Parts: sequence; C-alpha cells; structure tokens
Amino acid sequence: MKDKRWIVSGLVVFLLIVLFPFWYNRGRAVPPPEVKLTEKAKAEKECVLARDYMKAEHMQILDLWRETVVREGNRIYTNPKGREFVMSLSNTCLDCHSNKAEFCDKCHNYASVRPYCWDCHIENPKEAR
Amino acid sequence: MNTRYLFAFLVVFVLFLVSWLGAAAGLGWLFGVVIPYAAVVVFVVGFARKVLSWAASPVPFAIPTTAGQGRSFPWIPQAKIDNPASNWGVFLRLLFEVLTFRSLFRNTRMRLKEEKLTYQLEIFLWVGALAFHYAFLTVLLRHTRFFLEPTPWCIQVLETLDSFFRVEILYPGVQFGLPAVYLSGFVLLAAVVYLALRRIVIPSVRYVSLASDYFPLLLIFGIAFSGILMRYVTKVDIRAVKELTLGLVTFRPTVPEGIGAVFYIHLFLVCTLLAYFPYSKLMHLGGVFLSPTRNLRGDTRAYRHVNPWNYPVPVHTYEEYEEEFRDKMVEAGLPVEKPLADAADEAAQEKE
Repeated sequence: MKDKRWIVSGLVVFLLIVLFPFWYNRGRAVPPPEVKLTEKAKAEKECVLARDYMKAEHMQILDLWRETVVREGNRIYTNPKGREFVMSLSNTCLDCHSNKAEFCDKCHNYASVRPYCWDCHIENPKEAR
Repeated sequence: MNTRYLFAFLVVFVLFLVSWLGAAAGLGWLFGVVIPYAAVVVFVVGFARKVLSWAASPVPFAIPTTAGQGRSFPWIPQAKIDNPASNWGVFLRLLFEVLTFRSLFRNTRMRLKEEKLTYQLEIFLWVGALAFHYAFLTVLLRHTRFFLEPTPWCIQVLETLDSFFRVEILYPGVQFGLPAVYLSGFVLLAAVVYLALRRIVIPSVRYVSLASDYFPLLLIFGIAFSGILMRYVTKVDIRAVKELTLGLVTFRPTVPEGIGAVFYIHLFLVCTLLAYFPYSKLMHLGGVFLSPTRNLRGDTRAYRHVNPWNYPVPVHTYEEYEEEFRDKMVEAGLPVEKPLADAADEAAQEKE
C-alpha cells in the first residue's frame, strides 16, 4: 500500500524526536559540575545550615532573609546551633563564596536555573563592605 | 462507589507504595536505571509495533466524516476543511484536528428547555482538553533540560515564559514560590483534576467510563503532583537528579547519593506511563493520524474506493441465473427479462 510509506516515515520522525536526547548526546560523557569552595568556605566546614539542606533549599533561606531584612529591618539570624549571622547575600554569603562563577553559576547553569538575585546584587561587593 | 475508579485509584496507590518502599530500601539502581531503560524500550517498541499493525490494516471503506458541505457544483460553497476533497484539505483538517481538537469543539449537549429540545455548545471539555494537552506538552519540553547539557536556548526561553508569573508566598510556616513557579505544571494539575472529576461526577459520563479511562488520569495526576511537590515543597538536589538523568541518556548510568524518595516516586510513575502508553487509549497520539474518518478525502462520489481485500469472486450474473431457471420462473409466474418470445423460439426449435 502506498500509505504505508507515509505511516512509516511519520513513525520514524516521531521516534527520532522521542529519542532526541539519546542520539544528540551520542554517548558523550557529561561530567556533573564540580563546585569549588574557597579556602575560607573550606575552613568554615559548615554553612548557615546543614550541607544537604543548603544544597536543595538555599533559595528558601535567602527568601526568608530578604523578607526579614527588608520588611522587618532585622539583620541578625540565629541558626539552630545558636550561631549568629548578619543576613546579607552580598556580605555574608558572598564573603565565603566569593567565587560566584565557580560556585553559584556552576550548578545554576547546569540545571538551567536563572535566579534573579543578580538583577540587584552585584557579584563582587567590595565597596559595599 | 464505583469499582472502576476505585480500581484505578488502587493501582496508582500501589505504584506509589512500590516506588516509595523501593526508594526507602535503597533500590536506586532498579528504580533509577533499570526500570527507566525498560520503560523506554517498551514505549518505543510497543509504539512502533502498534503503529505498524495499524499500517498493515486495510481500510475497507471510505468513511470520512462529512462535517460540512462536500464538493459539488461550483456555485455551492464547499467546506474545504470540514469536508476536504483534496490532499491539501485533508492535511489542513488533520492539522487543525491535532492542534485545536476541532471535532471536540463540535461537542454539543441535548437539553430539554421549556419542553423544546435544544443543542448547547458544551465547551468545557474542549477547554479542559486543550489546557491539559498544551500544559503537558510544555511540561515535557521543559524536562529536556534534564537530558541535554547545555540546555538549548529555546528551552530556556520556554522556561522564562512559563515562569512569567512570580507567585511568592512567605508567611510564618508557609513558604512557597521558589524556585520560580512554572504555570504549566499547575495548569496540568488543574486540568487533570477537572477531567477526572468530570468523569466521576457527571452520571452519564461515569456510566461510559472504564478503569482504563480513570487510570491514566489518576497516574498523570500522581506525576504532576509529585513533580510539583518535588519542586516547591520537599526539594531534591537538582544537580544530583540531572547527573542521574544525563547518565541515562549518555549510557553512563550513575545513581548519585542523596536524591529524595519523591524523585523515585515521580520517575517510577513516569516509567509506568511510558510502558503503559502503547497498550492503552493514550495511543490516540498516533491513532489520530490514522483515523479513516479524518485522513480520507471526502470525494466518495467522484472516485470509487476499492476494498483492498477484494479478491476475484466467481459471480453468477442475473442473465446466467435467468438462463438457468427461466422455465421454472415462467411456470411460477415470475417476470423475466427475455420472456416468452425466446422461450417459444427455443421450444419451436426443439420441436423441429
């Protein structure tokens, strides 16, 4: 039947689209990004909260910090271990993680996330300190 | 209570339990590598086999639905898309059918209104179906970010558009909206809830609904719900997730540590959907292109459609039939084509 040719070509096109990631990558290795910690961050050993929490949910605490500072004018955060931090992305987070390109951007680019932190905050806040 | 949706709900619940226990038991390799590969193989092979089996089926009759005026005299305007007479018209008809669900749009509901029978446009099914399918498409396309590195710019544009509305809520105890809210996920969830409730609540629709109607809806609900849960509530380490998914498509499977159980539940439900797909009503994805009511030209009066399984049949024509039984027919007083004259001649010849 002459229709069979059309059906089979349609099927092939569909399967090529479905399997696009397989043949596009063609078995090339894509190593996950290695996040680089600065010497200062390594020395600290632990961030504001536990490592696993920070990995997955750091945007939550940044949101909370922004809310507390901007709406309530409170700049001091006490973590569950009783340690106090100044709530500031530029002055606290970026103090240890001063290597945005090697730290923040690595994972964000990998996961195709474009946080709007940097719409307002500058990357190396030397003057702000 | 209805055993059909109860059964579908139970199956989805068991699938959820299986994946949850599996993830808790540390069967990361099984649920993160083996089952996804198996599901993709089942999907591809099953889909191809189904479509090829349809391609091998002959179309005995030309049965295009004539949803408008067919081609006739030049002064009668033809409905060129709803009753196409050319291949180009068929292409347009299928295109609009696939992209805008035209035949669903024509859905009407009969009602008695002041003792008169009226037909009302029943638009909500069409709206729900459009929302569901386009939201699902957007969600699928967005997920290519987990399978391609770097993420293509067109997917990034789609993500930006999808997260156009910033919905951020922060009250003591309630925090929601980070990372950015993708509208498509919530539209998908709302649409699937509407489509499922429609089947459960409306008695006439419930009467014609089977477990195989409820199951995909509930399964997709589970997928959308677990996905939303994973993105906005109990977050997973997205870097580890992408490491796993990229490992799958580059044939270097790895199972990184520390991915939450929600991810494995989500993945297992997706794998179930993939493996179930070719053997279910979801095959309307391929079937819509192969519907004889949609993909044939409405030119049955101009051209004869020959049944492809016709074979030469030994035909006994009426002339032969009458030749054989003429005398008996005349005797019984039945009308004949070549009547008495011929019969009399033959009789005379026999006498001579």
